[in-house]
Amino acid sequence: MEKIRLIDIREEILSDNQNLANDIRKSLLDNQVFMLNLMSSPGSGKTSLIVETIRRLKDEFRIGVIEGDIDSLVDSEKIVAEGVPAVQLRTGGACHLDAPMIATALESMDLGSLDLVIIENVGNLVCPAEFDTGATKKAMILSVPEGDDKVLKYPLMFSVCDALVINKIDYLGLSDFNQGLLQERVRILNRQMDIFAVSCRTGEGVDGWCNWLRTQVLNYKNHLG
Amino acid sequence: MHELAVTEGMLKVVLRHAEMNKAKQVVGITLQIGEMSDIVDEWLQRYFDYLSRGTIAEGAEIIIERSPAIFRCGDCGEEYIVDIKAGGKFSCPECGTNNVDLVSGREFQVKELKVV
Repeated sequence: MEKIRLIDIREEILSDNQNLANDIRKSLLDNQVFMLNLMSSPGSGKTSLIVETIRRLKDEFRIGVIEGDIDSLVDSEKIVAEGVPAVQLRTGGACHLDAPMIATALESMDLGSLDLVIIENVGNLVCPAEFDTGATKKAMILSVPEGDDKVLKYPLMFSVCDALVINKIDYLGLSDFNQGLLQERVRILNRQMDIFAVSCRTGEGVDGWCNWLRTQVLNYKNHLG
Repeated sequence: MHELAVTEGMLKVVLRHAEMNKAKQVVGITLQIGEMSDIVDEWLQRYFDYLSRGTIAEGAEIIIERSPAIFRCGDCGEEYIVDIKAGGKFSCPECGTNNVDLVSGREFQVKELKVV
């Protein structure tokens, strides 16, 4: 009977994805391109926030968007209508975007002519949190109709993101969404998370979110010298 | 929910290390997965059984060790476990503050292999 050996490994399960994500980050640094990974449930307002962001920042930054969906061109058509380039990834079933998919999308973009790439991830509060896309920063949206208890139900997503955008604040009067309670729950799980309350529909608060993103991009470029 | 993608990643790591260590057969794989991660254990085994067919890892038994979510209090230094899935409270059990940080619970590793 052959002897059983134990081999100590302690390597990340997703190490291949992680390594490629690190390569992507390096390539973005070389081209001085800031990449934001934007995640949320379906219908929270990712595309709307991206459209509103483009309208406010496109005169300062050259923007490109990577759209991720199971199927369809619905979102990328809205982006292209704003006058910025978009690449549509159709995953055909995968519930998240990963580094290989983003690498493929970036190959078809001219990084030399971009300052900011925004990834609109697949609508999903679970899986995208696990997969590093090589992005510089991560942001998520939680919309008022979804409820203020989502921090408790999806802790990983809230803990890996740098920013939280609470969208659809024009619905606050119609729900018992407790903003203070949400913020307290977020601070416990992720003290560094910056929180913004917006309505993409009315425009309220969107400037504050864009100021944050602008600062992030400028800091990134300035540190490159 | 993304067990298939995870299993593919895991199989690559397993086969790479099995080859590096000149193993003939992988009989067991121990994973270290933190409480924060949303993986369904039995699906992981099922997907693995399917993907590993024809490789030296075929038939390996997967053991999942769950690491708890551990928080450290920024005020009194107390470290404590929170049962997130049971809806446990995050605040410090010693002094009650919310000035706390997550220090562990996001692990996602292949810990060790049993090979012949």
